Amino acid sequence: MRSLGKYVIFMGSLFTRRETFNTYIRLITQECINVGYNSLFIVGIVSIFMGAVTTIQTAFNLVSPFIPDYVISLVVRDMAILELSPTIIAIIFAGKVGSSIAGELGTMRITEQIDALEVMGINASSYLVLPKVIACVIMYPMLVILSIFLILLGGYFAGTLTGILSSVDYLYGIRYEFIEFNITFAVIKALAFSFLIASISSYKGFFTTGGSLEVGKASTSAVTNSCIAVLLADYALAQLLMG
Amino acid sequence: MIEINNITKSFKEKQVLFDISGTFFKGKNNLIIGSSGTGKSVLLKNIVGLITPDFGDVKYNERSFINGSEQDRKQIRREMGMLFQGSALFDSKNIEENVKFPLDILTDFPEDEKIDRVNFCLERVGLVNINKKMPSEISGGMKKRVGIARAIVNKPNYLFCDEPNSGLDPQTSIKIDNLIKEITSEYLITTIIVTHDMNSVIEMGDHIMFLLEGKKLWEGTNDEITKSDLKELNDFVFATQIMKQMYLR
Repeated sequence: MRSLGKYVIFMGSLFTRRETFNTYIRLITQECINVGYNSLFIVGIVSIFMGAVTTIQTAFNLVSPFIPDYVISLVVRDMAILELSPTIIAIIFAGKVGSSIAGELGTMRITEQIDALEVMGINASSYLVLPKVIACVIMYPMLVILSIFLILLGGYFAGTLTGILSSVDYLYGIRYEFIEFNITFAVIKALAFSFLIASISSYKGFFTTGGSLEVGKASTSAVTNSCIAVLLADYALAQLLMG
Repeated sequence: MIEINNITKSFKEKQVLFDISGTFFKGKNNLIIGSSGTGKSVLLKNIVGLITPDFGDVKYNERSFINGSEQDRKQIRREMGMLFQGSALFDSKNIEENVKFPLDILTDFPEDEKIDRVNFCLERVGLVNINKKMPSEISGGMKKRVGIARAIVNKPNYLFCDEPNSGLDPQTSIKIDNLIKEITSEYLITTIIVTHDMNSVIEMGDHIMFLLEGKKLWEGTNDEITKSDLKELNDFVFATQIMKQMYLR
């Protein structure tokens, strides 16, 4: 409870003693490159393979003459939109971006760089953390949308090239009884998860004490706590919006 | 001038500073000395506002820093420069960007003017043609000098140095000490230096405060420190053979 209170106060401190608008624009742009552009490769690779594997495994489990082939791509589509892209990519994102944020802030803390900012009269939490949180909230939903597309693309190639289902069946399946709200749901999840990952990782890094060993521990703790928070939020959002 | 009044600080059950008061003078090198773990750095952090004391006040030219308004604190912070023990240069910025950083944040000078000021400060600390280097590419002594350049770039009224020559060889330590000494008298800055280096104490201690276990035990000048009768102070000052040979013949 004490940590939760400290986390809430920390979040509040992001919005006090702010710097100029132009300063934030410059910092957010840089962070968008760090957290978004630099995550494209890993998100791309993971998504394509998740799509391919999901298609093959779904087909393997739906061996029945009574189930049409297009159901395979329908299942892949709904899994991608509802769970694989927002949640599994969030775990990947926590591992890459969350650990990087905690490591960066932790190192800045133990090498007194954060103290240097404070002495200059800069609110270090607002200056360092707010741009990271905003950049994650902007970039992660875009990564999720890209991931959905790549999962479907990976599934298409795996399905058609191995002869599991035809191109026509696959495309029919991914459009069959499409519920638009699912995309909205995925984006809502992405917004919530990205905020949790960025803020928890920043919190863990910002309050690091000790030396390099503690920075490593803070990074690990940031990833672990972010993943738990993402899974809890996933359940809560599913219950709230679809339950 | 900086005045500290009854500064008291505890971390959980452990009391680190006990009712410390004193004055640090303009244009002088004011030293806070004492053994490791005696509360010097904690006192400095209380003075610059990185830690809030449990009790007491810090006044910068009669302006209260601890109990003053947010506006006053902001203004006082703009008048501060600090050299950290590990230099605390920003890893992601090159030397020029590091030194220019306070100007970027605290002023709206044109870019040309900022670069001129950065070059002036780097030259003042004896560094040229390293503007585009990264902190990881320069030596510890150079990092300290870049730290000093960054601390003075915004023409501060108050300069704080936390163990300025820790981890440096004796020659570089003397250079850093001389640089701080020159800058203090040249710009009439109130400088506070935390150190346990006796060479610094003897060479530049215009005004010295001796702490032991969080309490102020003695205050005086570098001329007086070797003549004191205080046992705890003498134990600290004459801990090395060199000091004993020089002053206790």
